[in-house]
Amino acid sequence: MAKRIEVSDLNIYYGDFLAVEGVNVAIEPRSITALIGPSGCGKSTFLRSLNRMHEVLPGARVEGKVAMDGQDLYGADVDPVDVRRQIGMVFQRPNPFPTMSIYENVLAGNRLNNKRMKKSEADDIVEKSLRGANLWNEVKDRLDRPGSGLSGGQQQRLCIARAIAVEPDVLLMDEPCSALDPISTLAIEDLMTELKERFTIVIVTHNMQQAARVSESTGFFNLNGVGQPGRLIEFNPTERIFSNPDEKATEDYISGRFG
Amino acid sequence: MTTTSAPPSPPQPKRRVGDRVFAGTAKGSGILILLILAGVAAFLVSEAIPAITAPAEDIPGGEGLAHYVWPLIVGTLLGAVLALLIATPLAVAIALYVTYYAPRRLAAAMGYVIDLLAAIPSVVYGFWGLAVLAPTLVPFHEWAADNLGFIPLFEGPASSTGRTMLTVGIVLAVMILPIISAISREVFGQAPALHREAALALGATRWEMIKMAVLPYGKSGVIGGAMLGLGRALGETMAVAIVLSGGGAAALTLITSTNPSTIASNIALRFPEATGLGVNTLIASGLVLFVITLAVNMLARWVVNRRADFSGAN
Repeated sequence: MAKRIEVSDLNIYYGDFLAVEGVNVAIEPRSITALIGPSGCGKSTFLRSLNRMHEVLPGARVEGKVAMDGQDLYGADVDPVDVRRQIGMVFQRPNPFPTMSIYENVLAGNRLNNKRMKKSEADDIVEKSLRGANLWNEVKDRLDRPGSGLSGGQQQRLCIARAIAVEPDVLLMDEPCSALDPISTLAIEDLMTELKERFTIVIVTHNMQQAARVSESTGFFNLNGVGQPGRLIEFNPTERIFSNPDEKATEDYISGRFG
Repeated sequence: MTTTSAPPSPPQPKRRVGDRVFAGTAKGSGILILLILAGVAAFLVSEAIPAITAPAEDIPGGEGLAHYVWPLIVGTLLGAVLALLIATPLAVAIALYVTYYAPRRLAAAMGYVIDLLAAIPSVVYGFWGLAVLAPTLVPFHEWAADNLGFIPLFEGPASSTGRTMLTVGIVLAVMILPIISAISREVFGQAPALHREAALALGATRWEMIKMAVLPYGKSGVIGGAMLGLGRALGETMAVAIVLSGGGAAALTLITSTNPSTIASNIALRFPEATGLGVNTLIASGLVLFVITLAVNMLARWVVNRRADFSGAN
């Protein structure tokens, strides 16, 4: 269950290009940590480095250390596949598998971990996960229909159900609401507040009100210019970031005087 | 304002010349396809009718049209299905390797080489099958007759020349390989990054990612490619005519020297000397091939559409 992530001196590269430089941060369990900053500042890259998703791109690599409850995620004997089974991810655009039913979508991760599953056990996981994602009442009568037939907000909650069905330690969310309308966004935000009881949540968002509403801690990423690496400028409790930040750059960004 | 006045007629949408020309050309092209198809079908039917209605003893072979065409149908389907069974798994594997496993530069080079296979004329394939593949496969024929003879398909005696249905099937498989693999490669390459990342983020290995996000997405494309390939294999003339000794009965054997011929190669070989009702008989066999191909295509379409809800197109 919810684990603490410690990042020290993390540099992230795409080939020879240094995309993110020198990140040091501790992400607390059972809380929501928001990452904000302008486009291209490396916050999504940083998020994807936490579950080793960024190395899906050819040439992408990191230097430095990411540890989850002391376990080095980039250790020589660590399989990225195992890391991703412990650290779930929700993407910007809802991406339920179009060839699977709602039921099978929820179970997709469990099926990878454990091929043999009793029907009753599978039913329990589906119901629990969909209830956990506040989607059960909307879809319980059409579990065998394709997930792509749901609305955008429902699809995103289906993706959250799929991510939490495997009981990860950490849940990463990469702008999970940016493709959704305000009502669906509210539903996801309520859901995140419930989920933080059980998971460590890290969310990247462009929406500063969202960061202020849901998160306990906020990290502000920025870069000096195009072609320069992104840096974590400030990491503090959310109230402090939005009321009295340590850094001038943070204040400028928050108050809209950016650039 | 009066309430009795007639509502104004809705304004006519402005019609632009370019739109109308384009719509007309597109519609014309669509109709042209139907006309050509209908023309071919009408020709085949009208020329085949004399053979269909003729008394059995006038048909070449003397035992009626069905008896004449049946071995050819069996030969055609046997060769084409064998080719499809060999080529499809291979083509899918090649396509997956090129799209998801090979280093980028190698992948591009392999793509070109495979496409090149499609550019080789079928006569060349025929000679290659006859001169190289058939002799090479003779030992395998003997081995199969000795060891797999209990399976009816591999019943002996093994051909001593290698000019058998098995060799034809392999030649046809090589010929349709580029068609199936090119189409599979296209659809696999288009499997959305969104869903591939979803699978990887759940902790899928590369192969599991392919099973979850790529193969289901590409399935209808692979089936479409396989059907195109099957169409080519069913209709292939020269390669089969050169390799196969042909003329045998409708036996489901792969390695003996008494093989049924195929419809297309039979027409090619017999047409120059055919006269009178012989011509009509050949055309009737052509009509049968036409119907088989049509049925195969409709079947494929049905298979693809059966789970349209889950195709990801919505």
